[in-house]
Amino acid sequence: MTAQAELGAQETETMTVREAIRQGLREELARDDDVYIMGEDVGAFGGVLEVTGDLYEEFGGERLRDTPIAEAGYVGAAVGAAATGTRPVAELMFSDFMGVSMEQIMNQMAKMRYMFGGKTEMPVTIRATEGGGMGAASQHSGTVHTWISHFPGLKAVAPGTAASAKGLTKAAIRSDDPVFVFENKMIYEQKGEVPTDEDYVTPIGEASVEREGEDVTVVATQRLVGESVDVAEDLAGDVSVEVIDPQSLYPLDTETIVESLQKTGRMVVADESPVSYGTHAEIIARAQEEAFFSLDAPIQRVGTPDTHMPFSTPLEQEVLPDGEGVQKAIQRIV
Amino acid sequence: MSDYTLETEAGRLEALRRMRTIREFDTMAGQYFADGEIPGFVHLYIGEEAVGVGTCAALESDDYISSTHRGHGHCIAKGLDPKLMMAELFGKSDGYCNGKGGSMHIADVDSGMLGANGIVGAGPPLATGAALSIDHQDRSDQVALAFLGDGATAQGQVHEAVNMASTWDLPAIFLIENNQYGEATPVEDQHNVDHLSDTAQAYDIPGVTVDGMDITAVYEAVKEARKRAANGDGPTMIEAETYRYHGHYEGDEQNYRTDEELQMWKDRDPIDSFSERLVDRGELTESEFEEMEAEVEETIAEALDFAQNADLPAPEEAYDDMFNESVPEIENFKNQARTDGGSTGGGSR
Repeated sequence: MTAQAELGAQETETMTVREAIRQGLREELARDDDVYIMGEDVGAFGGVLEVTGDLYEEFGGERLRDTPIAEAGYVGAAVGAAATGTRPVAELMFSDFMGVSMEQIMNQMAKMRYMFGGKTEMPVTIRATEGGGMGAASQHSGTVHTWISHFPGLKAVAPGTAASAKGLTKAAIRSDDPVFVFENKMIYEQKGEVPTDEDYVTPIGEASVEREGEDVTVVATQRLVGESVDVAEDLAGDVSVEVIDPQSLYPLDTETIVESLQKTGRMVVADESPVSYGTHAEIIARAQEEAFFSLDAPIQRVGTPDTHMPFSTPLEQEVLPDGEGVQKAIQRIV
Repeated sequence: MSDYTLETEAGRLEALRRMRTIREFDTMAGQYFADGEIPGFVHLYIGEEAVGVGTCAALESDDYISSTHRGHGHCIAKGLDPKLMMAELFGKSDGYCNGKGGSMHIADVDSGMLGANGIVGAGPPLATGAALSIDHQDRSDQVALAFLGDGATAQGQVHEAVNMASTWDLPAIFLIENNQYGEATPVEDQHNVDHLSDTAQAYDIPGVTVDGMDITAVYEAVKEARKRAANGDGPTMIEAETYRYHGHYEGDEQNYRTDEELQMWKDRDPIDSFSERLVDRGELTESEFEEMEAEVEETIAEALDFAQNADLPAPEEAYDDMFNESVPEIENFKNQARTDGGSTGGGSR
């Protein structure tokens, strides 16, 4: 069933990705008193990216806890809190700031459950924005989800639609494992149909077929999901493009991707992370392991060409992967 | 209720027994490590027993502690079972962490022990987080204490943890074990203050330095800090001046210190001085102490016996405990290990 067909079966309302995340947060705060949000300016200010918005007015300062500018400290505190009976949601603002808190992420959050022989749970959610496109320059535009997807003991999700933005946020908060939600900042205003059911979640580890097609599979993430769907529509009648949003990067729904590839024989992987040694490589490795003999052409990668995100608009546009890049990749192999 | 307290005679005897148990445990751990029976590396707590035991005697049993790479003493002081600890050191399935953690990662979260920690300075943020959970759930009369070494006080994340706990008046205590060396470098070569507790001024919280070779001094300071924390008045920083009789790790050549210096601290041995005090007070006789020592030796001999005879983990157990909700990626590897007996030679798909 495609994503649209699935959504068609339930009551929805139209909202932006930002509103969808906020609704997911609001529902989970209301559902469970042990859930709280912590981070820089998430409270009365409403969040630098305006995601938490008016939640402070509804839930107050203990549930929307403003922290000092101390990413290692408050991510570490979230780890300690998750191990001792509460369910913190830490907002890292820009994913680039993850570097500051990486010790607590890689050596504590990721390893504690395993090192302790399963003697603790780690129900912590980390939200962080990624992506270039607004002239925020290299230290506020990174796409780092490959690090987290690569590192054992962590789960990573990356919504590409408003529906999954809400559903994945809620699934992350309800999970007893550490889950990172990577929000692309350029799609906060993107609108979509979002289920209103308070128990709607997008299961972690399930991909979504955003558009069905026969000739080529585009596995696209975050902002590139919508842009790939647009490309698919532009090419309709000429090339039949199937667009899959993995939604979860780790665990990854290999089966849905492989089934599609077995049907189309051709694949493009579009993800804003740097192209080398990354998310693209992992998806392609799994595809060839499972569907090598279905391949009719080399699998293509669309991503950031191994640079940081430059400031000046023409430079940023040069390196930022987009629908045009996806279209060119499709045309190379069909 | 606390498991033991220095307020009663029975509690004082229990404290002495725990100090002696730590010393015996670590003496044996050192020996079996030297013999090659314990893999990896071990950091021993010998000489610092008054700090761990004096601290835990002042805590309640459901209080949390975060620990360090030198954590065996904290575990025993907190009431963990030496059998399961020793089994963990030997890498056995029956160890606290099913053999996945070893000496540096012994944890028992249900007992309030949030883990020894191989990363210097990583424990204080965890303790601040535990204090945040306590605060969030309005749990009355519970606190979280971070043990940290002198070396850790130079770490940035320790500052962040203390600053947050102080700003939010969380029920936390930061207990610095100043054993005079951060690895092989003297404390005065790593810090610009006379007393590490002086930094408490930066957070507007009480900071005290106590004799870490005197269990009573440690106990009184932690008791006061605990009262303040549980009362909602925020954290305290305590520096306990102590000394490790062994190297930073077993096998450390210790060329950074003299025999005279070591002897000077041994002359102030925390177990000798406390047992002598109890004898002087008429609470313990020499023969009762000898009996206690024999019992402690028996306890640790039993722990060693248990550890040596326990089963090693099956190879497929390497794939357990990564997540609460398992992922197909790891299940695949686990199934491979089950079917081929664990001779995959690492992951291949």
